[in-house]
Order: sequence, then structure tokens, then C-alpha cells
Amino acid sequence: MNVAVGPQTTAAQQPRTSGADPIIDIAHLDKTFLTVRNERVIALSDISLTVAEREFITIVGPSGCGKSTLLKVLAGLIPATRGSIRLAGTPVDRPRRDIGIVFQNPVLLPWRTVLDNVMLPAEVQGLPKEAARKRARDLLKMVGLAEFENKYPMELSGGMQQRAAISRALVHDPAILLMDEPFGALDAMTREQMNLDLQRIWMESGKTVILITHSIPEAVFLGDRVVVMTARPGKIARLVDVDIPRPRALDTMGDPEFGRLTAEIRRMLYGLATPDPHLPAGGGLS
Amino acid sequence: MSAVTETTPITEAAIKPPNRFVLIMRTRPELILAPSLLVVIILGWEYGVKWFGVPGYILPPPSQIVVALWRGLDAGPFDRGGYWLHTGVTLYQVLLGFVIGSSVGLILGTLISQIKILESTLRIYLVAIQSLPKIALAPIIVLWFGFGVTSKVVIICLLTFFPLLVTSMHGFKAVDTERIELMRSLGASAWQTFWKVRLPSALPYIFAGLDMAAVFAVVGAIVGEFVGAQRGLGTLILSMNSQMDTAGTFSVFIILALVGVLLHQSLRLVEKRLLFWSGGSTRVIGS
Repeated sequence: MNVAVGPQTTAAQQPRTSGADPIIDIAHLDKTFLTVRNERVIALSDISLTVAEREFITIVGPSGCGKSTLLKVLAGLIPATRGSIRLAGTPVDRPRRDIGIVFQNPVLLPWRTVLDNVMLPAEVQGLPKEAARKRARDLLKMVGLAEFENKYPMELSGGMQQRAAISRALVHDPAILLMDEPFGALDAMTREQMNLDLQRIWMESGKTVILITHSIPEAVFLGDRVVVMTARPGKIARLVDVDIPRPRALDTMGDPEFGRLTAEIRRMLYGLATPDPHLPAGGGLS
Repeated sequence: MSAVTETTPITEAAIKPPNRFVLIMRTRPELILAPSLLVVIILGWEYGVKWFGVPGYILPPPSQIVVALWRGLDAGPFDRGGYWLHTGVTLYQVLLGFVIGSSVGLILGTLISQIKILESTLRIYLVAIQSLPKIALAPIIVLWFGFGVTSKVVIICLLTFFPLLVTSMHGFKAVDTERIELMRSLGASAWQTFWKVRLPSALPYIFAGLDMAAVFAVVGAIVGEFVGAQRGLGTLILSMNSQMDTAGTFSVFIILALVGVLLHQSLRLVEKRLLFWSGGSTRVIGS
């Protein structure tokens, strides 16, 4: 259901992406749902965003701002109502194999071992088995689950299950990793550890990541840029650049710049119950 | 500090190991209590019947039942008065009917739940038929298919078909939507999603249906043989009953119980291998 790309949507204006072609190009995206009572609900309104290769984008916003809907549209799981999305130059109109997704729940299949769960995408997509198994083992090693490959999901803790899910999302070597509140169900300490691990995995694997979260500190800690969304209708209120050097450590959270950014985003989210019409949607802060 | 002093006597007691009996009574009392209960019941039955002078054709003492059982088993495998022939015939009917009936039920349940239009069309009829006492059709089926094996197999098929149809439909409906979404996001085909996610997810339900069907299969065989048959444990019960051989009837009942346990345990064995990952079953008791 993608509308063909008009000439006006091809010009991306983000300063970060000038030079190279953006790997993700979202232009004037709308998504409208019909409720059971035939009412129109605008979930996403005029979303435009371009993402450079190897960039880490975090999206933060209140419940019901359409963050998850945006991710599903990006993944090709549901069609857009208007506007266009291009990934690596081609329009998204169905689930694609160059994307890996991590959901809020690990969604591991309980009858498969950890290794077999990680192998699932490779199996489904018919990739060469031996190479995929080696890659799955390497990924499990990278997320620290090397000794657990023959265990079943029920024998793993929540954090370990989510690590396995991340390995699964990477096994078919997608260019883009989409994460929908992947650490939302974990306790605070596990979550911080997972943030550190995810940063390392991202730096080692060179993927482009879009991560959705409820947590402002998580968004600032992980993101190169933070997309701040507002609800009803779901809009991009601001893009916030995070110029804190990598790799960031847990100490970073005590950094004054970190504190300033989280405070600023928090002010935006609480103050922007009614979005300021003078702020251009999708405009950068810098 | 007080907690430490309080625990001291317990650790002292633990140093001296209790004997085996006490240990089992403490950890697994059912291992001793369950068999003891059986012994008490059998002894009470044996001596109660004699004490009150109950005639053997009303309620025979367990000793007579054991004698009858031995007599029946002592006969040759093809002896019409012995138990082997009849057990074999009944078991054969049960297995054949169970396999055919539950397979057809499973296949149809799967098809119906995967094809929306089939389900919406057939649902109302299936619910209606499900609540009918299908066993009441046994006389008609014997009329149609005769006194031989066929009529029993048809009755058992009819009885085992519906549990599988209904449970598999439920099972496929209950598949976690997140798993389906995962497969969709990977670009899986409908067949891959069915084979790798839907079918395994529905298996716990399917096994619940098989368990039910196994019980119904034995019921179907016996009722079918009651209505009209030349061989089988049901006919044996009828002929013994007419000769007031109550001890014999009870001994056939024991054979039937063993057949039921055998079926159930074989299913559990397969289930244990296939459903080791499912925490929802009753396996916890440690059969």
C-alpha cells in the first residue's frame, strides 16, 4: 500500500546524512487505523526521518504515541496509509530479509534449544546450514551465551533470553536492527548491563539500529540521535543529537551533558502534551 | 541470633539419619500410603463379604475374582472361553478405531482452523454435533456394518473423531500471536509458519484430545460389543453376566482397566518425548 515516492520526498535534509545515501528514508509517513466502530484513529502523522548507515537511533515517547506502529510499518508487517519508506534504496511493502527484529518479549520457541532458536531465521530463509550454525555460535559467544547453546529457553533468565533473541535477530546478517522496547521487561540492573552489551554488539557488528524505549536515560545512553515523539497523533516532536563519545560507560550517566539531555527530553515530553506549533516536526536541535 | 540457636536442634537431628521408612514417610508418603490403602480395601472386601454372607453372584470376594482371572488367562490364545482371544479382538478394534478416528479428526481440525471460510461455515454444526451423545448411534451402526470388527471400528472412529477435531481447532486458535508475527517478520511462508510454529504450539492441546480419545475408544469398543458382536471383551461380559458369573465379569473388568492403563501410558511416553518443553501438563506428579 505504499504510495509511490513523489519528487518532493527524495530530498533528505538531515545534516547527519548528507554525503552518503541514507539507509533508512522515511518521508511524510501517515498511518491511520479504523476501529471496530469504524472510527479513524491517526496513529502516525507526517513522520519524516532519515538514518545514516551504522547510526544508532532511539525513539522515546509516551504510551500510545505510535512508536510500535512505526516500527511495524518499518518492518513491513503493516502497510503505511500515506508516505513512503525506503530501506537501502528500495521501498518497504512486505517483511524484508535485510531486517532483524527484537520484540519486547524474547518470543523464543520453547521446544528448540537456544542454538536452534538463533538458527530459525537462517532456516526460514534457506541460508547454508553450516555457515549459519557457525555464525549463530559466534553471535551467542558475542552476547555471552556460548555455554548455553544446548539449553532450552525455559532454563534461561529473562535477560539471557533477550540476549538469545538479539542473536537471532542478527543471524541472517541484516543491515538494520529494529528493537521494540527490548529491555522493558527486565529489572533495572539487568537492563543497564544489557544497555552496555547492546552498545558493544552494535559497535562490533556495524549495524544500523532503531530502538524504541520508554526510558529517557536508556534513549540518551544508547542513541546517536534521540527521536522524541508525542501522542495523539503520533508525531516527531524533536530530534536530539547526543554528542557523548563512545564507548559510553555507566559513569556516563553521571556526566553533566547526559543530565542536561535527559532533563531536556523529559521537559519536552511532559511539556509537550500539546505540541508547540512553532517547532518544525523533524527539525534537529543542533 | 535467636534463629541460629533455634536451628541447632534440627541440625543435630539431621546428623543421625532416620531409617528408610521414616524418610519415605516424610518425603513421599504416597509410596507407602497408596498401596496400604489398596491392601486395606481388598482385605475389608474379602472379609466383609464373608462376614455379611453376601452371595457370590451379587458381590464375589477378591479371591474368587483372582481365581476367575487365572482361569481366563490359563486358556489357550484361541480358546473361545479364554481371555486372550477376546482381549486381542477388543484391543485390535480399539487401536484401529483410535488411529483412524483421531487422525481424521486431527487432519480436519487442522484444515478447518487454517481455512477461515471453512471454520465460519462449519462451526455451528460442529458445536451442535459435539454435544450429541454419539454412543446412542451404536445400534444403528451395528445394523449398517454388521456384527464384525467393522462396526466397532466405525463406532470408535465416531467417538474419537470429535475430541481431536475440537482440541486441535482450539490449539491452533491459541497459538501465541507474537510467534506468528516473528515468523511473518522473517518472511516465512505459510507452510513454514505452520510446520515450525503453529503445529508444535498446538501439540499440548492435541495430546489432551488424544488422552480423551483413548478413553472413549475403549468405551466405544465395549458398547459396540454389547450391542452386537461375536468376539471381544464386551461379549464376554454379556455372556458371563447371563450365567451369573459375577466373579468372571469383575475379572474382565480388570483386563479392561489394564488395556486403558496401557493406552494411557503409551500416550504419556510419546507426550513426554514431544512435549518436554510444555510446563502445563500433569507430569509434575512424577509418574
